[in-house]
Amino acid sequence: MECPKEIVLLMHSYFDGDLQPEGEQQLKEHLRSCAACAAHFHELKKTVAFLQYAAHVAAPPSFAAKVMEAMPKERKTARLRRFLHRHPLLTAASLFFALTFGSLASSWGERGAFSVSADEHVIIRDHTVIVPKGETVKGDIVVRNGSIRIEGTVDGDVTVIHGKKYMASAGQVTGEVEEINQVFEWIWYNIKERFNRALQSIE
Amino acid sequence: MYFMDLFIKKRIKAIQKGDQNAYADLVDLYKDKIYRLCYRMLGNPHEAEDAAQEAFIRAYIHIDTYNPEMKFSTWLYRIATNLTIDKLRKRKPDVYLDEEVGGTDGLTMQAQLPSREASPEEAVESLELQETVQQAIEQLPEKYRSVIVLKYMEDLSLQEISEILGLPVGTVKTRLHRGREALRRQLGHL
Repeated sequence: MECPKEIVLLMHSYFDGDLQPEGEQQLKEHLRSCAACAAHFHELKKTVAFLQYAAHVAAPPSFAAKVMEAMPKERKTARLRRFLHRHPLLTAASLFFALTFGSLASSWGERGAFSVSADEHVIIRDHTVIVPKGETVKGDIVVRNGSIRIEGTVDGDVTVIHGKKYMASAGQVTGEVEEINQVFEWIWYNIKERFNRALQSIE
Repeated sequence: MYFMDLFIKKRIKAIQKGDQNAYADLVDLYKDKIYRLCYRMLGNPHEAEDAAQEAFIRAYIHIDTYNPEMKFSTWLYRIATNLTIDKLRKRKPDVYLDEEVGGTDGLTMQAQLPSREASPEEAVESLELQETVQQAIEQLPEKYRSVIVLKYMEDLSLQEISEILGLPVGTVKTRLHRGREALRRQLGHL
């Protein structure tokens, strides 16, 4: 006797977990009366059990390490970010440097207003500071975004930022004379200044 | 489960920003599943290791294309399954075991091959049983093999399998049905 095809479909519905109660009833009744289908069902059950039994396999112990080794090189920024994340002190230090240099470099870029640190005994004309003949300026002079012409005497250091210094033959500077026209010089100058100020505040 | 999802999401975000170490956690989490899938599909530990490794690297390279609507494991399974199917296709260019044979109601030539002789004593040793099961799986055409492996080795739901293979659930059921019947011919009498 040929069994209805439906029966095998019901068996597979059973394995898929979506056999309805009526179907289950129909299958049960058929299996009770048909040895061939009962054997078929039993074989399927065994097959599934074997499959599930065989399921367990684990990856080889060094697998994860090998995968990570074979990975393409990661972007540099990511490595740096992780590195900084792991070393907070270094991060703080590099942040400090980044901010310091960054702000200094950008303040170099903006050619600000003309300024001069001394206004007694000097003449200011067209962004040029003139120390007239016969005059003596006591203390340091810092000129920003302008030049200085020294015909008299400066009793201290002269620093010119973004500008030129002109010395008359009679002019005299007792301290150091410095022209700053490069960004690195500018940064260096600032660091020196800050360092000096820090030293002074300690003293 | 919620914390697990959150953990995975965080890792994926970090990876998408380029943090490779975050990926190590995901490899650890899924290595057994993916290796097992590859092993069952390919039937050879060495090839399985290579394939699983390649799957993880592919997933990493294409992490930007991962859609978080999908479970990460589903996406990973999809990559690994496609990879192993590709390898199987390249392996046997001359034998078309999964060609359907006319007039046999969807059964393939493979299902009609006589089943391999296996004595009951052979099945007693668990290792031998494992091997017997593996050999039976390897004789399955790839389209049945993938659903059987995903269902019974990886213990996935029909819905997940349908997502992994990009097939309707109905098709997954049909393939499972045929896969089980083919395996029954090989294993049912043990």
